[in-house]
Amino acid sequence: MSQAIDLPRTVTREQKIRRVQWAVIVVWIGAILWLFPLAGALVTSLRSQEDISANGFWSIPQTLSLNNYQEAWGQAGISNYLGNSFIITLPALFGMLFLSSMSAYALIRFRFRLSRFFYFMFLAGMLLPFQILMLPVFRLSNQLGVYDTYWALILFHTAFQLGFCTFVLRNFMRTIPVSLFESAVIDGAGEFTIYRRIGLPLVVPALAALATLEFTWVFNDYLWALVLVSRNELKPVTTGLSTLFGQYINNWPLIVSGSLLATVPTLIVFFALQRYFIGGLTMGATKG
Amino acid sequence: MPSIFWIPYLALSQSCLEEVKALRHHPLAPWTFLAVPLILYGIWVIYPTFATFFLAFTDWDGFSSLADARRVGFANFERLFNDSTFWKAVTNNLKWIAVFITIPTTLGLALALVLNTDIKFDRFLKISYYLPMVLAFVVIGLIWSWIYHPAQGLINSTLAGFLGLLKNLGFAVDPDSARRIGWLAKPDLVLWSVIGAAVWRQVGYVMILYLAGLKTVDPALIDAAKVDGAEKWNLFRFVVFPLLAPITTIVVVISIIDSLRAFDLVWVMTRGGPFHSSEVLANFMYLEAFNNYSMGYAAAIGVILFLISLGFIATYMWRIVKEEEA
Repeated sequence: MSQAIDLPRTVTREQKIRRVQWAVIVVWIGAILWLFPLAGALVTSLRSQEDISANGFWSIPQTLSLNNYQEAWGQAGISNYLGNSFIITLPALFGMLFLSSMSAYALIRFRFRLSRFFYFMFLAGMLLPFQILMLPVFRLSNQLGVYDTYWALILFHTAFQLGFCTFVLRNFMRTIPVSLFESAVIDGAGEFTIYRRIGLPLVVPALAALATLEFTWVFNDYLWALVLVSRNELKPVTTGLSTLFGQYINNWPLIVSGSLLATVPTLIVFFALQRYFIGGLTMGATKG
Repeated sequence: MPSIFWIPYLALSQSCLEEVKALRHHPLAPWTFLAVPLILYGIWVIYPTFATFFLAFTDWDGFSSLADARRVGFANFERLFNDSTFWKAVTNNLKWIAVFITIPTTLGLALALVLNTDIKFDRFLKISYYLPMVLAFVVIGLIWSWIYHPAQGLINSTLAGFLGLLKNLGFAVDPDSARRIGWLAKPDLVLWSVIGAAVWRQVGYVMILYLAGLKTVDPALIDAAKVDGAEKWNLFRFVVFPLLAPITTIVVVISIIDSLRAFDLVWVMTRGGPFHSSEVLANFMYLEAFNNYSMGYAAAIGVILFLISLGFIATYMWRIVKEEEA
């Protein structure tokens, strides 16, 4: 009896191991293929345009240098553009996390008729094809006198990301036991104290995840930078790069160097806080 | 809150407590927390959504006062439905959706299934696949424009090298012919090239979502199925895949919404060209608004984009509502 069961099982286990190994080989080939565009870009950025146009991509590089990076950073203005990106991203990040933690707190802490309506309003806004906001937001920024200033982007990003942030934080705060809030009330704490002492500290993991994710999103935004800022000295790195692309047309090593430089801040955030980044991405899709 | 108010609490049973809790708050309490977020959200998100609908029925040019713009009824929509560029954009968005809900979804799921088993260097492998997600679309667009470059780009250089090898082996091929493939210049190729760059980014995202989903699958269920003699494929087909159904819904909806939002890559790589052959709705809208200054017409495109998305947004929200009630 035991033999009859054991025999087929050992066979399938061997088959399984063999099949998994094939899959692993395919996954490895895929991974190398997936890294190839970036590796190619990296190699290109270290070579000169003359070298590549004369000898082709697959030739042995004549010289390797950081000249392209130097030129992209200085002359082509990537350093300024990167600075602008930080000036826009950090206040927006702070604003959206602070405000959405307040709205999330209000939505789980108080029972009032519109609570659910607001929740779905934030949720719907996060799913919107945001291009439909483009024209009224453009008009609004003109009317409010913030068009072509940092403020236009800071305000818009803060407001638009409230949808996603509130959605995530509300779902996270809901897991806090009500008794915790109640005992704080019994201790005589006011609502703002409860928010600050209990609501906020308990959602720090969610805040960290949101911060990494939102940093990447706002930093990498292109459309709104295109619509709301036209002065070259105020452009963030994304629209800055497309300006650079227009100026240095066909100097691919320089364009690619600029692109890679533009990626450094998000790469640092990503590698330093990878766990949170992945956590944030899945928060919207799976519960909690 | 003065402490005298909480004395009655102590005497109350748990069920009454719930009721009192609702009454206890000052009716204005939620609003002190919600006021600023709601005002900001109202001004920059809710109002613009409705304003687009209003603009779609005018001939506003973006510069003169909106009060001077004429109400033109459905004229913008009539013009839109007779505009071949519009239909081109709609078709291209549909093609984009078709690719997005099949290729990255399947690849992402397959990768997640393999990487969910204990294999060596799984962290490195995962990072290789989701690294593109960290890059800005502009960066992806520029890097891929270089990869697609006809004479010097990575793809054509590789193809030419390969053909050169064949030629040396005595085959009658011309290595230089590979350098003439215009990935972004040929009207019947360009859209697929742009979508290819988008897929490169999307696969890692889907993989992450499925990896998270697989973590929620109860190993006991898998073991039970194995004891019942389920083979690898059947195990996936009848146990794992059904358990992942909620994630699959999310992945499909997100893929569709992302396809409809596609703008950055198209704008950076082709501007919708050549001859609108890689046009998508969002790009068409931007062109009409900021290149042709037909804001009313562009708003009409936005309205259509919104209406197309509505069904998918509703699907996503429906799922959330159901979870909420569960």
